[in-house]
Amino acid sequence: MSELIVMLSEWLQTLAGGAEPWTAYARYLPRILEGVGLTLELIVFSGVVGLVIALPIALMRITHNPWLWMPAYGYIFFFRGTPLLVQIFLVYYGLSQFEGLRDTGWLWTEVLSQPYWCAIIAFSLNTAAYSAELLRGAILAVPRGEIEAARSLGLPRATQYRKIILPRAFGIILPAYGNEVILMLKGSALASTITLLDLMGATRNVIARTYMNMEFFLLAGFLYLLMAAILIGLFRVAEHFINAHRRVPRRKAVGLKC
Amino acid sequence: MKLNRKLLSTLILAAAGLAVSPAHADNLRIATEGAYAPFNFIDASGKPQGFDVDVALALCEKMQTECEIVAQDWDGIIPGLQSRRYDAIIASMSITEERQRVVAFSDPYYSNVLAFIGPKGQEMSVEPEALKGKTLGAQRATIAGQYLEDKLGKVVTVKLYDTQDNAYLDLAAGRLDGMVSDKFPAYDWLNSEAGQKFEFKGADVDINDKIGIAVRKQDDALRERLNKAIGEIVSDGTYQKINEKYFPFPIY
Repeated sequence: MSELIVMLSEWLQTLAGGAEPWTAYARYLPRILEGVGLTLELIVFSGVVGLVIALPIALMRITHNPWLWMPAYGYIFFFRGTPLLVQIFLVYYGLSQFEGLRDTGWLWTEVLSQPYWCAIIAFSLNTAAYSAELLRGAILAVPRGEIEAARSLGLPRATQYRKIILPRAFGIILPAYGNEVILMLKGSALASTITLLDLMGATRNVIARTYMNMEFFLLAGFLYLLMAAILIGLFRVAEHFINAHRRVPRRKAVGLKC
Repeated sequence: MKLNRKLLSTLILAAAGLAVSPAHADNLRIATEGAYAPFNFIDASGKPQGFDVDVALALCEKMQTECEIVAQDWDGIIPGLQSRRYDAIIASMSITEERQRVVAFSDPYYSNVLAFIGPKGQEMSVEPEALKGKTLGAQRATIAGQYLEDKLGKVVTVKLYDTQDNAYLDLAAGRLDGMVSDKFPAYDWLNSEAGQKFEFKGADVDINDKIGIAVRKQDDALRERLNKAIGEIVSDGTYQKINEKYFPFPIY
């Protein structure tokens, strides 16, 4: 095993043209880790905002009123059907083309002129579309009997949603939503195209200085993998608690053998 | 383990054997970027054009070689050379020590200076004290970007862009107080409609920046041929004609 590691590091060194990649790692690691911080911030922030937007969109989508479901359908259609990169560029470079917008004061100076907020806006709108569609499916998948039970208890419609349907729906979307968060983690690398120094942006800046493509992209890939692993773990834990009813009761299962 | 090692070295040798192509191959593939007008840009029909491309074609004519010009994003332009997707880079690339560690350069075919750009009608000193707290932009992986980070990184907010065009867009949008750029392409932009509200600020920054053609380190023969051809186009006036087509001042 140690022989393998030595070989790998020798190979890395020849790739770097004789330079020692580990000194470069040591030198630039702080910058890269700052990038990891920004990436996490971006996905957590836009994940939360995205969910908040997704809920009303999903509710609009399942009504039968065309004035409600059609805009929701259009929104989901647009954000699911266009590349995230196009959406980021539309928000960042597109909106700034309108001279009028640049005179709106606060909205421009504090929000739309900042790449950070542009990224949050684009990611939130994008993930909201996917989450709304997940949520719609989940709401429709809540067992009919539970809704009927709530109704027969005389619960008002709003309470039915708040106490019965939505909590069930969140449990149902959880595995699929974890998937969406992982996709967003990987999509967040596009933030580097609008000057943000997320993990990808920091990595590209370091490569621009060192020309160690292989070494630093490998490092970035490893860090993305690590973040994905942690997120997957967190969703497992959340599933364990929220979907407690689906846990297999172990002792009973053994007993059923006979 | 031993077997693995043997297998690996055999594989590497085999791969190396496959990858070695004759440096004198008659078909030369040359990469340029295509987002650095007027040195290289993509015209309406999707073909690379500009000073670099004209120089490349003139060199190929002198070397009596068939040439194919391909466009390649700046970030990946050196890795593409190393992985043999093309044989030379003529893309206004500065000769730097860092790059010389991974590629070899021909003799310079022009000299670059940096310049600050800011909004017209606004006093803008380019001294570090005066720039404190401002946001300045430049293209990523360029001399201008490194100059910003190294010389002014402590006092200004540095924003680095994938392409020069995106940096211009943000300057025009007011997200940047100013930018540092290579002077000649900026001259072209300032003359365009989008650049009307901006001008050069302060004195040019001479950073002893020579622009050369990058080739793989082992392709010495190709480098020699390119050097000879550069000498030829400069002495017979071809170079001067190309220069005048783009700039009213000499840039060699």
